[in-house]
Amino acid sequence: MSQPINFHPAAGFADRARAAVDDAHLRKSFRGAMDFLQAKRRTQFPDAAELASLRDLGAAIRRHALANLPNLLERLESKLTANGIRVHWAETPADANAIVLDIARRHDAQRMVKGKSMVSEEIGLNHALEAAGIEALETDMGEYIVQLAGEAPSHIIMPAIHKTKQQIAELFAEKVPGVAYTENVDELIRIGREVLRKKFAAADIGLSGVNFAVAETGTLFLVENEGNGRMCTTVPKVHVAITGIEKVVAKLEHVAVLNTLLPRSATGQAVETYQNFISGPRKADELDGPDEVHLILLDNGRTQAYADVQLRQTLQCIRCGACMNHCPVYARIGGHAYGTTYPGPIGAILSPHLLGLGDTHALATASTLCGACVEVCPVKIPITDILIRLRSEAQSDRASRLRGAGQARKPLLSAVWSAWAFMYAHPAVYRLGSWLMSRFRALTPTNQGAWTRSRTPLKPAPKRLRDLLAERGERQ
Amino acid sequence: MSARDAILARLQLAPAGAPATLPDLSGWRGIDEPAAARTARFRANMEAAHAEVHDCDEQNWPELLLAIAAAKGLRTLLFAPQTKHGIRLAACASQAPHLVPYDRPAAAWKPEFFDGIDAGFTAAKSAVAATGSLILWPDTREPRLISLVPPVHFVLLDAAAIHADLVAAMRAERWADGMPTNALVISGPSKTADIQQTLAYGAHGPRELVVLLCRRGSASA
Repeated sequence: MSQPINFHPAAGFADRARAAVDDAHLRKSFRGAMDFLQAKRRTQFPDAAELASLRDLGAAIRRHALANLPNLLERLESKLTANGIRVHWAETPADANAIVLDIARRHDAQRMVKGKSMVSEEIGLNHALEAAGIEALETDMGEYIVQLAGEAPSHIIMPAIHKTKQQIAELFAEKVPGVAYTENVDELIRIGREVLRKKFAAADIGLSGVNFAVAETGTLFLVENEGNGRMCTTVPKVHVAITGIEKVVAKLEHVAVLNTLLPRSATGQAVETYQNFISGPRKADELDGPDEVHLILLDNGRTQAYADVQLRQTLQCIRCGACMNHCPVYARIGGHAYGTTYPGPIGAILSPHLLGLGDTHALATASTLCGACVEVCPVKIPITDILIRLRSEAQSDRASRLRGAGQARKPLLSAVWSAWAFMYAHPAVYRLGSWLMSRFRALTPTNQGAWTRSRTPLKPAPKRLRDLLAERGERQ
Repeated sequence: MSARDAILARLQLAPAGAPATLPDLSGWRGIDEPAAARTARFRANMEAAHAEVHDCDEQNWPELLLAIAAAKGLRTLLFAPQTKHGIRLAACASQAPHLVPYDRPAAAWKPEFFDGIDAGFTAAKSAVAATGSLILWPDTREPRLISLVPPVHFVLLDAAAIHADLVAAMRAERWADGMPTNALVISGPSKTADIQQTLAYGAHGPRELVVLLCRRGSASA
């Protein structure tokens, strides 16, 4: 239903970006949504000093968690286990899918309701379940809309941000039995509520993501506004949570601090409607809650990022989406153009570890390095530094631990830049070279690759700056 | 090697970064203000999030609750019969709404529960002023789904149990010493803005959240 897993993005990125830029409706949807979200975030942080100290604290909490990651994961596992939550480890998306399918089979499950989980998108879980004959229904309103349309989310927080009210009205009238066309948002939400309510009651398994996992208490923390997350984690007899290994924090208090940053950065709301702290399955004398709770901890390339002290900072991310909301490139091309589960600036620096640099190096080039993402990041990830690092890793001919490093290397381009570097490091060569270029400027090729696809060709000036200055000196 | 051991081995092999000490939160302070101001802040934030807040006291809350429910035309009200506040409520004769005790496992009556109940009633353990949030601590007597499945949720809150913020609540109540199966922090009725950033209430949880703010002493269990 959604896009197939291992939908590798690099080859088509430029084409998709071009198509998105040419789509006036899409541009309008994203521009409007980005302006709205930026304004809402601004109103949440009126005090620059408060924001600065919160960001320091948020970054310190995440850095501390990462510095102690193996220990915290072991502590988390033992606390969760003591609480009755079963912990599974998965190295790859295929491993994670196999774990979910195995749980489903043991319970003879036919129907799964899903709360919002980007990791489940990352592993292509819906496809794996469909292939096994299990219905996997998205229950977040935005995810439900995107699933009805047979699409993938275009934003990590607001999956259906690319769709207009009219498009959703048409979609419901076409896909939901017995529904007449209506653009009334309350009515559309009511329709979704009625359809999904029956599904919650009938589901065998509920799946959710995790915002933070607390090592201290063995607690899974989930936030949401709709209540579908609570439904998925409470109503079915089995709850399966899935998350990346980096989402652990040391102490329960850390969650409360990070959550003063997460909703304000993400959607510009002071707090989410529901903060859900899950610390175990239903106890024997409790009347509701799942009989089993499982947590799947996924690697999928995160240990590669972790192995490098600079790239490790990528894993500080709390998935608020503020970087994409403030990115001039994301605002113009939208989420689908990236072709990856995680779009925008965070997607550009995370995806190379998930999919390999060979397939994703183009994403790091889709940035002007303006730094808006760095300014708004609530945990202070140096996104632009990491973008530059990934650009050079993609072109490098040196040995690298990054999967797919060097795959973007073009010998001619590398030779040109090496010559450039040599020339700029040697004044005599520079003088001779620039003299030759101004002298033989008529020979400059008019086809200059990517540059001339949308710009006029570059041509050296007839006189060099040093010549002009010399003339000026003579005149005076 | 198991996936677990392989992942942990890779993490342990990675070079140590800059040393990171446990972040110092000793200086963390919520807004320090008198109880009355804190209550007012809680109330303003709850109302801004589209919740109703009604003042009441230990004597009159059951009648007030039933009167509000009747005025809203609610026919059935789910409650926890073994809690102190549940017993108080049950002692009040009510024609409308009809009081339904939550006394069976949810799995045994899902269709009726999901379609036939108009409202639910729980107590809050405490609350948070900074964000206008209710803290619910479901247990064997007061199950989780009362606050989620019925379209209207009534909550009884002791005004003396409002903390400055969530960190203060976690510290004062020593959460880290023992968490329930499912602690909840609720900051309004269920909502969504997934269609063109237009806010709509009653996405999957309650459409309405009604807080009974009980002054002077504790009325909750």
